[in-house]
Amino acid sequence: MKRWILITLLVIGVVGTGVWGYKEHQDKNAVLIQAENSYQRAFHDLTYHTDLLHDKIGNVLAMNTQKRLSPELAQIWRLTSEAQTDVGQLPLTLLPFNKTEEFLHDIGDFSYKTAIRDLNKEPLSDEEVKMLENLYKQSGTIKDELRKVQHTVLEENLRWMDVQLALATNDSQGDNTIIDGFKTVEKSVAGFGEENNGSNIIGIADENHEFKGLEGEDITEQEATKIAKEIFNIKEKQNLNITKSGKGADVQTYMASYQQGDKNGYADLSEKGGHPLTVMVERPVKEAKISLHEGALKANEYLKSFEFPDHELVQSSQYEKEGVYSFVATQDGVRIYPDAIQMKIALDNGDMLGMSAKDYFMNHQKREIKEPAISEEEARSSVNPQVKIQEQHMAIIENDLAEEVLTYEFLGTLGNNTYRIFINAEDGTEEKVERLKATEIKFSRAV
Amino acid sequence: MIIKRSIFYTALSVLLAGGLVIAFPSEPADAFSNQVIQQGAVGDDVIELQARLQYLGFYNGEIDGVFGWGTYWALRNFQYEFGMEIDGLAGQTTKQKLVNATKYDEGFVKEQIRKGRDFSYYGGVPKEQQVKKQPQKQQGNQQQAEGPSNTAVNVPNGFSQNDIQLMANAVYGEARGEPYVGQVAVAAVILNRVNSSTFPNTVAGVIFEPRAFTAVADGQIWLTPNETAKRAVMDAINGWDPSSEAIYYFNPDTATSGWIWSRPQIKKIGKHIFAK
Repeated sequence: MKRWILITLLVIGVVGTGVWGYKEHQDKNAVLIQAENSYQRAFHDLTYHTDLLHDKIGNVLAMNTQKRLSPELAQIWRLTSEAQTDVGQLPLTLLPFNKTEEFLHDIGDFSYKTAIRDLNKEPLSDEEVKMLENLYKQSGTIKDELRKVQHTVLEENLRWMDVQLALATNDSQGDNTIIDGFKTVEKSVAGFGEENNGSNIIGIADENHEFKGLEGEDITEQEATKIAKEIFNIKEKQNLNITKSGKGADVQTYMASYQQGDKNGYADLSEKGGHPLTVMVERPVKEAKISLHEGALKANEYLKSFEFPDHELVQSSQYEKEGVYSFVATQDGVRIYPDAIQMKIALDNGDMLGMSAKDYFMNHQKREIKEPAISEEEARSSVNPQVKIQEQHMAIIENDLAEEVLTYEFLGTLGNNTYRIFINAEDGTEEKVERLKATEIKFSRAV
Repeated sequence: MIIKRSIFYTALSVLLAGGLVIAFPSEPADAFSNQVIQQGAVGDDVIELQARLQYLGFYNGEIDGVFGWGTYWALRNFQYEFGMEIDGLAGQTTKQKLVNATKYDEGFVKEQIRKGRDFSYYGGVPKEQQVKKQPQKQQGNQQQAEGPSNTAVNVPNGFSQNDIQLMANAVYGEARGEPYVGQVAVAAVILNRVNSSTFPNTVAGVIFEPRAFTAVADGQIWLTPNETAKRAVMDAINGWDPSSEAIYYFNPDTATSGWIWSRPQIKKIGKHIFAK
């Protein structure tokens, strides 16, 4: 009897320990994942901020008037501080990374001092411009190195917890890719470099826009079905499914989805007027047979068939077997950037794979376009004389105050970079400067 | 008999002459294909275009097979200098003028690209001097002979391939069982959060925000994403938002938080309900 009691107690003890141990293990894993996630966030943020920093310095180089220079410098100052915070959150305490931190500090210092100075009275000196150019180059190098490390981290699923362990146990033999990468970054800081993220002026995704461009009577579900069948080019309705949006939607829509074989279609049709806001077609795309250019002509035809008024192609990119095109509406030859439409064309047979006209229907209206108050020559003189202007247009854009303004749009080059510069046609203010980049070194064939 | 024979000869000579006429003006096989090359294009024609423009000194960037802004300005300057219509498109006339004015050594250019070397292709400079010597170990197996030989890719303005990869990880972890549109919508929600004032301002910040995504909390984000997830992310970045500007989504079958039901719902795609 005693023996049985003893055995029972022992079994309970063993099972209890097991359960407890397992729970501890689970908890530990959860905590580890949490910690890993914060490291990952700090790291990816760091690369992003460095990238952005690089671009912003590039923008300053292309700018002319003080009005925009100071905010941009303030941005740089802010970004350096963010990047420094990111570095601080990484388990790099045991790794010499102080040169990079010094570099960030230097940029911050420089941008702060110049941002608060009255640049009208005391513009950037030649030396300071040189210094900026140098900073630009160095931040570029750092950015590239960090992006390389980031690519390896993503590609090989590297863990920051391992870095921490490797650093803590001083296990320098176990070659840790992240540590090596950061050492390279540190070495390259002997120089400087950096880059910036592009603000997208095409279209705008701001809150609280009513849809100005939607016209017409409310449509019924039958009418929505009919329109969807035309868009997807199908005769039968059996595969077509129509539902209505919920009360949280900004604008009421009918959602049409259909499936046939390995082809899926999806469309958002506005209840008012039955306009297509979003169209997506998903199917396997075969070998590209037509060029990006032919695809653009096709996209144009589709836009005509949807009865969009005048429009102009402002950007095109080939992603493997698909062409993606950005159009903006035009009125009397003026580009209306807020009225943007995106088109996606399959380059195997030229069929439409997608259209996004949300921006267009949000913003489109007949606009009163005034005569510009200043001449093109005057506007040109507002552009940094270092920038070589290659192309110009008239354009309406939404400025930082979310007002639509008429501008001269100049496309110009400075060194190997291309900038898009908007000069207000009323008073010559430099409304927006952005560096255009649409390509990147290929890190691997997978992307 | 004689008549027949003369017909035969006539036909033969016509054929030969025709053959000659056709064969003569056409260039050897290393010349452009028929397409009109426009900005944003990628591939062998772009490599040739860049190499030929560099041969004449118009293009100083890297020969990477992606028709970016640098190539665009080089092409326009070429068209200007040669008195053509300046449209930035490489059509038949432009290509013919380029072919006439330059030599293109496809083998040389392709070899440098394949080996990942830093090189240029200026006319009148010996080729050996245009290849930068560099340590062997770098690059190495980055490019194999197969597939398109461009060494750069198009990326949407402001995004790196790494940002795209990170988002693809999140989308795959969160929504791999969902229809394609549902995956685009999840990617769009991430971007909508980046733009929203109540969420972090970077992709990484949004994705790794504590308790924001279950795939991050349980580690599923580190599964390897498939091509579909990547394409969905590209679509979202390029402006498609089937979620209609949602900043939340949840699966009604597994949602543990009651609060999420109080958000105004926009629509349901696949298993996910998207909300404001």
